[in-house]
Formats: sequence, structure tokens, C-alpha cells
Amino acid sequence: MDGLPETAPVEPEKTGAGTVAADPTVADAVVADVAELVGASDPAAAPDVAAELAAVAKASPAAAELRIVGKARPHESAEKHVQGSATYIDDIAEPHGTLHIAPGGSPAALGRILAVDLSAVEAAPGVVAVLTHADVPGRNDCSASPLGPEPVFAEDRVEFHDQVVFAVVATTRDAARRAARLARIEIEAERPFVDVDEALLADQDLMPAYEFRRGHPEMTIAGAARMVEGTFRLGGQEHFYLEPQIALASPREGGEMHVFSSTQGPSEVQHIVARVLGVPDAAVVAEVRRMGGGFGGKESQASQWAAIAAVAAVKTGRPCKVRLDRDADFTMTGKRHDFRFGYKVGFSEDGVIDAVDTELAGRCGFSPDLSLPVNDRAMFHTDNAYYYPHARIHSRRLKTNTVSNTAFRGFGGPQGMVLAERMLDAVAYSLGLDPFDVRMRNLYGEGRDITPYGMKVDDDSLPKLMTQLAKTADYAGRRAAISEFNASSRILKKGLALTPVKFGISFTLTHMNQAGALVHVYSDGSITVNHGGTEMGQGLYVKVAQVVAEEFGVDFERVRVTSTVTDKVPNTAPTAASSGTDLNGAAARVAARAIKNRIAAYLAKSQGIDPATVTFHDNRVTAGAKSLPFAEVARTAYMNRISLSSTGHYRTPRISWDRPKVRGRPFFYFSCGAACSEVTIDTMTGEMVVDRVDILHDVGNSINPAIDIGQIEGGFVQGMGWLTTEELVFDADGRLRTHAPSTYKIPTASDVPADFNVALFDGGGNREETIYRSKAVGEPPLMLAISVWCAIANAIATIRPGRVPDLDAPATPEAIMRAVKAQRQG
Amino acid sequence: MRDTIRFLRAGKVVEIADFAPMTTLLDYLRLSERASGTKEGCGEGDCGACTVALGRVRDGVLTYEPVNACILLLGQVDGADVVTVEDLADGTALHPVQQAMVDTHASQCGFCTPGFVMSLFTLHHAGFAPGRADVTEWIAGNLCRCTGYRPIIDAALASCTGTASDRFAREEENTRALLDFISDERDVFLGDDDSFFAAPASIDALAALYARHPDATLVGGATDVGLWINKQLRTLPKIIWLGRVTGLDRVEVGESGVLIGAAATFATAEAVMARLDPDVGEVWRRIGSKQVRSSGTVGGNIANGSPIGDTPPLLIALGATLELRKGDDARVMPLEDYFLGYGKQDRGKGEFVSGVFVPWLEDAHAFRAYKISKRFDQDISSVLAAFRLTLEGSVIVEARVAFGGMAATPKRATATEAALVGADLGRAVTWAPALAALAQDFQPISDMRASAAYRQETAKALLGKALAEVAGSPTTRTRVRGIREGQGGGYGRVA
Repeated sequence: MDGLPETAPVEPEKTGAGTVAADPTVADAVVADVAELVGASDPAAAPDVAAELAAVAKASPAAAELRIVGKARPHESAEKHVQGSATYIDDIAEPHGTLHIAPGGSPAALGRILAVDLSAVEAAPGVVAVLTHADVPGRNDCSASPLGPEPVFAEDRVEFHDQVVFAVVATTRDAARRAARLARIEIEAERPFVDVDEALLADQDLMPAYEFRRGHPEMTIAGAARMVEGTFRLGGQEHFYLEPQIALASPREGGEMHVFSSTQGPSEVQHIVARVLGVPDAAVVAEVRRMGGGFGGKESQASQWAAIAAVAAVKTGRPCKVRLDRDADFTMTGKRHDFRFGYKVGFSEDGVIDAVDTELAGRCGFSPDLSLPVNDRAMFHTDNAYYYPHARIHSRRLKTNTVSNTAFRGFGGPQGMVLAERMLDAVAYSLGLDPFDVRMRNLYGEGRDITPYGMKVDDDSLPKLMTQLAKTADYAGRRAAISEFNASSRILKKGLALTPVKFGISFTLTHMNQAGALVHVYSDGSITVNHGGTEMGQGLYVKVAQVVAEEFGVDFERVRVTSTVTDKVPNTAPTAASSGTDLNGAAARVAARAIKNRIAAYLAKSQGIDPATVTFHDNRVTAGAKSLPFAEVARTAYMNRISLSSTGHYRTPRISWDRPKVRGRPFFYFSCGAACSEVTIDTMTGEMVVDRVDILHDVGNSINPAIDIGQIEGGFVQGMGWLTTEELVFDADGRLRTHAPSTYKIPTASDVPADFNVALFDGGGNREETIYRSKAVGEPPLMLAISVWCAIANAIATIRPGRVPDLDAPATPEAIMRAVKAQRQG
Repeated sequence: MRDTIRFLRAGKVVEIADFAPMTTLLDYLRLSERASGTKEGCGEGDCGACTVALGRVRDGVLTYEPVNACILLLGQVDGADVVTVEDLADGTALHPVQQAMVDTHASQCGFCTPGFVMSLFTLHHAGFAPGRADVTEWIAGNLCRCTGYRPIIDAALASCTGTASDRFAREEENTRALLDFISDERDVFLGDDDSFFAAPASIDALAALYARHPDATLVGGATDVGLWINKQLRTLPKIIWLGRVTGLDRVEVGESGVLIGAAATFATAEAVMARLDPDVGEVWRRIGSKQVRSSGTVGGNIANGSPIGDTPPLLIALGATLELRKGDDARVMPLEDYFLGYGKQDRGKGEFVSGVFVPWLEDAHAFRAYKISKRFDQDISSVLAAFRLTLEGSVIVEARVAFGGMAATPKRATATEAALVGADLGRAVTWAPALAALAQDFQPISDMRASAAYRQETAKALLGKALAEVAGSPTTRTRVRGIREGQGGGYGRVA
């Protein structure tokens, strides 16, 4: 069987971790169908219930040749993108009377609000209303976290610079923005804690520390043949989605509210808007067709703007739109967590690690937001792909008076992985070994396959994958050439690094690993699919449409994916954790199969054949001797009152996580890959150029190789930016000084090497039963860019062999020069 | 006098008589035309999502240039063919650039895509077959956060082959006729004495108008003024655009040097500047982006007196002089004398920069310039260094050394210059006084681009590097990019 559990009744599935119930959702769908059929008034038209059940049981498609899935195909909106006709929220024709909102922020990072004088704001031309916390009809809380509230509008205290205190509603956006500058906010300012170091000194923990511990790390390190230790800093990252945060709220009858929100989590927006308005969830509809990029920055961070738009709509009775300008988007919304890391590693003379002892201090900002799972995920990836026989992974989550840090592609995983790779480098450099050899020696393998959090690593692809990449990238040959170059080059130094990625797939909050879908077949044979996932450019919609087209055996063009909207599919997880296709593709398939099975049962009955023999392919349905066009079958089914609509629900099997006990299997599987990067640095100025990159990445059986390659390349370049040019600079008063593309530098085209080779690894598909045995691809490739950072360190290391370079991230020219100087001085 | 602006949209003449002077082209497109294909990503001309093409006849050739609509004033499109992403498809057939973008999977979220399409549209019409480095330079002003650029570069290489093959090429004659029809040599003035958009057609008309309204804002390309409007939310009721002043955009190549009119764009001057020295060309190409260089003017970059502008230190080291005019009076000064202090320039009320003269380098001159920034392309310098050394044999007999990013203004390093005189390129030990003197010349500050210490050390390193290179070190051994050997500049990698 190529996919999910399909049969009913469902058998419990035995796993190594104990008994985990297999997915009963197919059975649920069947039961729903039965109820529907029993309620049908025309017994002649209603298909035989038993036959349908049998058909469901048997309809698992034979491993037929795939026609749509597995084929490269453009993004479903590609032609609209290039013509400017893809509609983003700001492009929607504004409802009559739409008003525009500009938020106003705090002039200080921390303190009590003494006075808020908005009289000049109210008197400004075009202003219709001014909102503060007093205007919130429900709860003034847009927090995504159960650990603590986060005000929509600050009440008596501000906790970060530019925290929203009020919002102006005006007839034009320009009028609103200009009026917002007229506010006079008086704060009894206190000294803010801005960075991790300040917060650590003052023990500003936002939530309790958390630890993975195995064996006797301290003792083992003390007794190890060799030991290396160090500390370094790893910077945060601004998402810089090209489309800033935006929401358009329209009041509807009976106190209902419709909100267009550029969000990865429409259900969360719905629930938070309902909470803020003080109405039931059912009174709020949140909708998004597409985002102009998300990257985690529109997971929890979209809610506040949707809530403000909704409060404004309630107050004015008119549609209200808020679109942040780029500076506000930088200062008012969260970023990737930055960290200060400390590590000690004990290891043998040949570089095999005996134990690690690590400290992860993450800057959370002023509120919990998603900091708990983000910091957890950093811990889950402090091993990356390496076996630590003894380990202490200790995490502190620091409160600072800065904007609350949040989800960002990888969700803490990349941060943990950077720490792992630094430790591996440290072992190699202190022994004078090639870091690649040390990495290979420490990979998970047989008998060395339990993570520090107790999960067995049963994916053994990395040794093979890395060996293959080392060969195709000619690691050994280039290592020799680089050594020769460096020996004769005083100013310029080259570096080379090949690093792996092993990224855990599943939300570590187990309940989030579920999805719903809704499939309709219309009587003309056209199909729509709706699901809880959101499209932010990653190609989720095209992949899900491919799955549905494959199921029905019809052309891709017959299937349309419609806006993600909470009144079609409720209670959805945000599109995050790389899970979009795994979850929603599977749910859509469940829905499509339910409809197929009804059609098959009906046709089988009329033909007097076994429903299992009915096939769907080439836009036709074949039942016995009869082969009909799909459209005709749809029409006939409709005429015979067969339901052509179905929901589908999916939940990820086999996962469990007991956080307090640090026990379970948090991840369904791992997505793996590796990258080999070569760089040249200028040791006089710190300038750096990436000369060549080779990537080999495992996406399982790709549903759409073009989309997957796009995710790999784009993720890599985004990660490269994080670790090289993208620097968030806060001043001592807690103001973000890099708040626009003029000062915050994401990669441009010339930063990407011409010699950029990306290949998909043939690992025989996902060993777990994911949708078509594919693997999640959204986040893992970002971490391939750690190879660039390690290559820079490698170039610096040549200045004084035997010493571990003091390279922080991002490796800006200045950071490189700091490390170069330290390396020279020893 | 004309009291309207006129431009082309999709083959039709548009004439507008009434608009707020500060209206940007992007707001006009999105809010007035309700053409939503052009996106706003940053509002400061850095991301390129709002890129549109302006077609004008330059030196007899219909030329399409990319500009950032978010920081371009509507009035600046007077006389141009305004092409947006909605205009490209030919019926149901995509434009070759659009088709290539689809074929190479060059869009993901799609928000930056219209801007890329428009940049590539101008490259499609640029009249040469670009190589990869040409493409990355051409799209340096378009940020994409999803794709990693590789497929976009491939789309460019596939669809920009030197010969335009689209509807715009077919309809060129018609477009030229329409552009000719709307062009005239009248002064443009919309509004009244309290609030206006004006575009005088002659330098005398400009001088007279500015003398009458010394409180007006002079706009060259608006690549800075656009930020005053979008970011600082300043109110600028009186705007005088220099783009119609006959002769003010000239780039005159003479015996002794190059005269760049104040309204000449960076793009117009680019080829000539690269002839001065490969490093000048390299720094020039890294100023802003294609869009910014197509709008931004050399005069504006100087006149604003920004401490981080890249042209002033470059031109100061080259020995440039500045020409100013007020009413009928004109004066000339060494460029370095124009910068008095932070935000303070030697420009009187009603006086304007009319041009800058840059002398050719002589055989005895060795020139080097370096731009240090976090990102290679389209970034603001943390340090910009420019050196013109006059040599007699291996001995330096005169030095002009100027830095940007090291002080409140672009500034000459006078102590360093003095210490360089007499230094022998053949004996590195004689360089030491000059390297030490830099600390006397500058006390830089720390900011979000770099720390004071890094700036100070890098300035020293760049002086050392310049001396080493002039002494004979090939730049393949001293630079990661901007290699001079082989034809100077470019983005060649270390061999």
C-alpha cells in the first residue's frame, strides 16, 4: 500500500514505542456516508450500503502508474503571478466605505504609561476613529500562547519599543499614517533588558528552563581524552516576506465578522478575533487565498492586525483595512530567536564524541508567543545528525524588552543545528582533522541511534547521502586545491564545508498534527478542493490539487483549489512545521476517496460488478465493460442523488510526546539532506564570496520535483542570508535600528553562486506512510546553509591551525574580521 | 506653459491636470487606476516589487528603463511611456519574459514577481545579450525571499537575448509617434503659488522659478525625496522637478574631463564613469540598483550632502569641482568644500547645483576605490575609500584620499595625504606613516552598519591594500570581487 491506512475497521498498529491507534478517520468518513445514505428518501437511487462499505474497504488503488503526482508542474498561480493578476489582500476591490488603519507605537521600550494624548490625532484630517484598549469589546489579548496574554493595545505598561498603544482609523491610509505621528505618549521609562546577556545577568527567565539529559555528561567530559569548550552568538532573522502584514475586516449582519488576513493560521486568526470581539468562534470567518510570503512570520503574528481591523470594524460599522508599512512590520512583529550558546564536548583522539554539555540561551522578547516550542525545537536539533552518548542540553528562555520572537522557518531547529555544527567543527579543529571526517564518524548509526530525547533514529540515509555528495562535489579534490591556494595566498583564504541536515517532521505539540479537507465534485465534472493549509508560495495548493487529480484520474486543470477559509474547514493547524502537504494532502485524499467510493459503489451496483474493479483514469471511469467520461459519471451520479461532496480528516500516526517526562516519539520521521559550500574571504576587510554550492536533499518520492527544488534553493539562500548578511541591530534603548531593506540586507541575486548544483537524493521514498511516500520540504533546506557559515569558519581556521575560530553569526564582514583577528592573535 | 502632465499608458495618451504634487506613481497606479499588479513591498525603493518601466526616446533610441514606482513622483512620468506588468501579455499569450518565468518556476509567493518581470522586460529591450553577471547586476534592485534567484536568472538568460521580440518591439513606431506627439519644450506648472508641481524646460526658467520659490523642493530622481514623503511623511507642497530642464541632464565628454549635468542620472553617466577607471565603474554599478540609477541623479546625490553617499568621496578623490547657480550667478568650488558639516552644505537660499566636472586621470595617476558593505549589491557603504596617487617612478608625489562613512560628511584624509607624499611603493616600510595618519583624519562612529573600530581598521586596511595593488599585487590576490585584471571590474571570481 502506498499511503495511509485505508481499511475499515481499523486494526491497532504495533510500533516499537508501544501501541498507537492507527488513523480511524477513514472509518469515520464511512460512518458519515452511511448516515447520509440511510437518510436518503429514495431507496432505489441510494446505493447499497454494504456495497459501498466493501468498496471503501477495497478501493485502495493498486500501485498504478502515477500520472499527475510526481511530475514537475508550475505553481498553480504562476501565470497569474507573472501578469500581476494574482490577488493579494491589498489587491481585493475594497468594499464601499472601507477605512484604513495605522497603528501607533510606544516611544519607549519599558515603563508605565503615564498619559496618552490622542487629541491631535483625533483632530487630524480624515480621521474617523482612534482605538485604544478601551475599545476592545472582548478580551484585550491576541496571544497565541496559553502561557500568557499579549495585549492587542498596551494598557498600563509598555514592554517593547513601538508596541502598539493605539490605532488610527481614517478615510485614507495616508491620512491614518500621518495622524498616527501626532500622538503624545508619556512613559515613565525604565531601563530595558535588550539582549540575551543582559537578561541572563538579571535572571530574566520568561518561562522555566528545560533540559534533556542522558547518562553522565559532566563526568564523561571530565574523563574524556580530549575536551573543547566555547561560547558564541547566533543572531535572529527578520522574515522579510515581501507582502507586509495585512488584514481587511468587514462587519456582517448579526454581529458576524469576515476577516481577510494574510495568515498561515486562519483558524487562529478566527479564534483570536472572536476572543477580542467577545463573540463565539462561529461568528467570525477568516479567509486567505494566498500570502506574499510567510516563513513563519504570519503564523502567530498575523492575529494582532486582524484583531485591530475587526475592532475598528465594530467601532465604525465599516470595513477596515490595516496594512503595515515595512518599518512597522519590522518593529512591531516578531523575528527568529537569537541565541547565546555555550558548549563543552568530550571526545576521543580520533574525534568521536563521548559527551556534550550545552547551554542554549534564547531571546524570547517580551511575551511567550511561540517561544516554548521554538526553544524546545532548538533542543531537539542540538544533536543534528550526530550521536551523543552522554548529553546535557539545557535551555533557558530569556525575557527581553524587545518584540516577541516567533516562528521562523525551522522554528528553533536551525539554531540548535548551528550549535551542533560548531561543536563538530571545534572537535575537528582542535584535533587538526578534516571536519568532514569528524562529521562522518559521529553520525547516527546502528547501535548509536537514540537521540538525547530518547527517540530512535531509524532513518539511516545520511551516511550514504553524505558520501554520495562528497563524491559528486569532489570534496577531497577541492580540499587539496584549497589547501594549496591558501598556502600561497596571504590576503584571500578559501574554506570548504560539507554539513548534514536531519530535521524532525511533526509539530511537537501532538494535537496540532491534524488536518481537514473538503472536496466537491460538481455535476459538470469540475472539482474543487479546499483544505486547512494556506498558500504562501511554497506550492501547497498545486501539490494538493495534484493529489486530488491523481485520485480522480482526471487532468490537473479540472481541479481548482479555493481560498482557505474557516467556514469550509474548521479547527485547522497553522501551515507550519513543513507539514502542509503531509497533513492537507492526506486529508484531501481521504475526502476524494470517499467520493470516489460512492461513485464506484453506485456504478458497480448498476453494472452488477465488484466496486473494487471500478477504475478512474484518463478522465474516464471504467466499470466493467462500460467506460464513461468523468464529467458524464459526475452528472449521472448527481441525477441519481449520490453525494459528490466529502470532508476528509487526517491525523499523523505514531507520534507522541510527553514533555515533562522527556519521553516519546515527537517526530513521525526525519527529512535529511546535505550541502557542500566553498567560500573565499578577504582577511583584510572581512568581505566574503560564496564560490560554489552543491546540495543533495532527500524529499522522499517527490510530489512535484520543480516545487521541491524551489523550496530547497530558496530555503538555502534564505538560510545563507541569516548566517551572513542579515543583521538585526538593537540599540541600548531597545530600538531596532535595522528596520527596512535599506539597513537589513537579505541576499540579492549576485550573492548566489553561479556554481549552484542541487539534486534530489534517491532514498527509495519515505519509510513512513506519508502521502505518496513524500517528505516534508518547507523548512529543512534552510539549514543546508550552515555549510556556508562552516566554510567561512574553515577559511578562518587556516590562519592558525589547531584553533577553533571565534566566528559568530551572522558572518558579516565585521564579524569575519573579528574572528580573523582573534585567530591571528591566538 | 503647460498645466498638465502627459504620458502614455497601454498605447493611449493620458493627460492629468490635477494631482497632489507629492503623489507617487505607485499610488496613482494602485489607488487611481486601481491597477493592482504593481506591488508595494517597502516604500523606499529597496525591494523592487513596485518596478515599472518608463519608455523614453534617448539619443534617438526608444529606451525602457526600470524605476521604483513607490518613490517616483507621478509628475516625473511626464513624456514617458509608462509600462506596468498588466500591459505585457499579448492577448492570451504571455510576454516572452513572463513565459520564461513560468517555465523556469521563477515565482513562488508571487509578490515580488511583477517587479522582476518588469526589470526583465527592460533587459529584454536593452539591446544586448546579457551574461549571468549582467543579469544579477540588472536585478540587484529586486528582492525575492522565496526562490533563491536561480530560476529568475535562468528566465532572464532564456528570454533576454539581445533582440526584443514582443509587441512593444512591433509597435515601436506607433509608440515613438505618440511620444513625439506629447513631447514639447514648454515649462510645466500645475497648481498655484502655495502648492505646485513644476517642471521647467530651461535652466533659466529653473533659475527664475527657484529664485521666486527658494522654499521649493528640487527633485532630481526623487530616490531620496521619495523617502522623505513615504517614510518621514514630510509635507512638500512645492516641487520643482529637474527632469525637463534642457541640457541639465547632459554628460559632456571633453578634452580635460567629463561634465555631468546635475540632472543626469547615474545610468546616463555610467559608461563614461567606467572609462575613468575600472574601480569607478565598479563602485558606480554598486550604487543603489538599476532602478535607483535610472532615476537618481548625480547632482542630487551630491546636493543632499549625505555622509553615506557613494559618489562624493569617489569624485573628491578624482579631483572634481562643483558648479552652482543662483538666478544668473554661477560659481565653482572643489567638491570637498561643498560639505560643511552633517546635513550642512555650502548652498545658499535659491542656489542649486548645476553640474559637476570630473577631470580625466593622467598617466602619472594610479586610482583605486573600494566599497565595503554588508551585502555586495545595493547596500549603503560602511566604508567607501577612494585614492588617487600621483607617482614619479615608484614614489608618491601627491595623493588625494577621500572616504565616505568615516565622518559626518564625505571627507578628504588630509593628514594621510600629506604622509603619503614621499612614500615609496617599492618599500612598504615607507607606508607606515600614512597608515598611522588615518587615525588623525577620522574618528568614525558606530551604527547599524559597522562599529567605529571596524571602520577605522578597515580604512587602514584599504589604504594598505591600495598601496599593495598599485605596487603590483594583482587584484586576483587581493579581492574577492571586482577584479581589475582582464578588462576591469565585473564580478569575476578568484581564479
